[in-house]
Amino acid sequence: MILTLVGLSHGMLQDLTRRSQGSGGDIWVRPPDSSLLSTSGKMPEGLVKLVRSMPHVAFATGTLIQPVSALEYITGITLDEFNRLSGGFQYLEGGPWKQPDDILIDDVEARSKGLHAGDTIDLGRKWHVAGVVASGKLSRMFVDIATLQHLYPPSGYISNLYVKADNSTNIDAVFDALEQKLDGYKLYKMQEITSLYSVDNIPLLKPFTTVVIAIAAIVGFLMVFLSMYTAVLERTREIGILKALGASPGYILGALLRETVLLAVAGSLLGIAMSFGTKWLMDTFAPTLPAAIVQDWWAIAGLIALAGALIGAIYPGLKAARQDPIEALAYD
Amino acid sequence: MIEIRGLTKVFHVGDVDVHALRGVDLSVAKGEFVAVVGPSGSGKSTLFHILGGLTPPTSGSVLIDGQDLLKMSDVQRTNLRKTGVGFVFQKYNLLPTLTARENIEIARDIAGRRNHAPDPWFQDVLKLLGIDGRLNHKPRALSGGEQQRVAIARAIVNHPALLLADEPTGNLDTENSNAVLAVLRDLNERIGQTILMITHNPEAAAYAHRIVQMRDGRIVA
Repeated sequence: MILTLVGLSHGMLQDLTRRSQGSGGDIWVRPPDSSLLSTSGKMPEGLVKLVRSMPHVAFATGTLIQPVSALEYITGITLDEFNRLSGGFQYLEGGPWKQPDDILIDDVEARSKGLHAGDTIDLGRKWHVAGVVASGKLSRMFVDIATLQHLYPPSGYISNLYVKADNSTNIDAVFDALEQKLDGYKLYKMQEITSLYSVDNIPLLKPFTTVVIAIAAIVGFLMVFLSMYTAVLERTREIGILKALGASPGYILGALLRETVLLAVAGSLLGIAMSFGTKWLMDTFAPTLPAAIVQDWWAIAGLIALAGALIGAIYPGLKAARQDPIEALAYD
Repeated sequence: MIEIRGLTKVFHVGDVDVHALRGVDLSVAKGEFVAVVGPSGSGKSTLFHILGGLTPPTSGSVLIDGQDLLKMSDVQRTNLRKTGVGFVFQKYNLLPTLTARENIEIARDIAGRRNHAPDPWFQDVLKLLGIDGRLNHKPRALSGGEQQRVAIARAIVNHPALLLADEPTGNLDTENSNAVLAVLRDLNERIGQTILMITHNPEAAAYAHRIVQMRDGRIVA
C-alpha cells in the first residue's frame, strides 16, 4: 500500500516533469495568482510579443489550459509555434488538426480511452481526434488556442508562457530580465523543474502521503495484533509444552517476535513484488496515472512494516509468555 | 533424591479454598521407579505439578536433589524444568509442526545445550527406545506408542535427575502400553533413571519397584 502510493505520487511527478521539459522552453512564466500545479490564472496574450522582443529571447509562445473534468484538461496551443518550441510532435496516427473541432491526443490518453485517429471524444463538447502523438510534450490533449479562447471566453488570455533563450548560457540573464519586467509573475527555470516537482513542494501531497503511511502502519499493526493474538490462542497448548520444558518468558516472547520479524520481512518482500504488479496493472489499465518503482522507499516501507508488526506482536507475545503452564497444557 | 514432608497445596477457587494436598510425606531414592496410584481427585496430578515445578507448594518441604521447591522463585522453578526434571504426559504433548528430532532438539535448545557435542549416551537411548529410525517424521506420522517414546526421549535428553510420567499409557492400546512401560523400566534399570509415574492402572503400576497409594490429598499406603 505504501509503496504503491509513493510510487504513484513519484510517478505522476516524474511524468509531469518529463512533459514540462518536453515543451522545449527554458523558462516557464505563470500568472501572478497561480501556483506550480494549478491550472488557474490567466495573463494577457500580449505578453508573448513583449517577451519575444526582449534581448536573448529566441522564441516564446503561450498556451491556454482549460480543465474539462477534475483530473483532465485541454491545452490550447498555436501548432506551428509549439512545434518550433518543442521540436514538433511525432504523429503515431493521423496528423495535425485541420478543423476547429479537431483535437490531438497523446498515446497514453489514446490507450487509456481506447481512441484512435478519426474517433470522437466527448469532453463537455465533442472533439474529433485528428491525430495521436507520442507522449511527453507538455500535455495529453491539444487543440487550437484560438478555438479554445473562443469557446471559453474571455479571449485574448493565456495560462502559460514558454520562453526559449537564444543560448543556454543566456537563460539566467533572460530569467533575470523577465523577473524585472514581469513583476509578480511566477517564473520557473525548466532546468530546476525536477526539484520543484518534488513531494515537498506540492501542497497537501506530503501530508497526504504521511496520512496514507500512518493508515498503512495502523492497519498493519492491527492485522499483526489480531493474527498474533489468534496465533497465541491457537498455540496455547504448545506454549504450555514449551513452558513445561523450561522455556522462560523471554524464550517464548523471543520465539514469537522472531516469527513476527520473519513475517514482516517476508511481507515486505511480497509488498515490493506486488508494487511491480500494481505498476503493471496501472500502466495497463490506467496509463494516465503513471506509477514509479521507488527503490529508496523499499527500506523505509520495510522498517514501517517491521515496526508495526513488532508493536502488534508485543501484547500477544507478553500474554503468551505469562501463561500458566498447567492451564496452557490443559487447553484443548 | 526426593524428600517430601508435610506437603500441602491449597487452591483458591473464588471464595472457596480447595485442599488438594493435605500433608504428603514421601521419600524416593535415587534410581527408584515409583508408581503413584489413586482415584481421580486424590491429588496425584497436583503432586506431579509440584514436583515438576509447574506450580509452587503451599507449605511443607519438597527437596529434589537437595533443592527445596518451597523456597524457589518462578525463575528457579523454570530452571528446574530445564534440566532437573523431565515430563512425560498422557497426551504426549509433542509440538505438531516439528519432527521427532526437532521435538527432542528444542528441549536441548531451551536448556542452552543446542551447540553441545552430540551425546553418545543419548544415541544409545534412542536405540533403546526404538525410535532412531523415526526421528525425521512429524508426530502425525507416528503411532501413539512412537509418539510417547519420542516424548520420553525429549524428557531425558538433558539428563534430568527425575523423570515424571503422568498416565503415560492413558492414550495407548495394550500392546503400545506394554512397550512404553517396558521402555520406562529399561531406562530405570539400564541407566538408573529415577522415575515417578502417576497412574490409575494397576497393571501399569506393577512395572514400578514400589507403588504408593493416594487418597484425598494424602498418601495412604
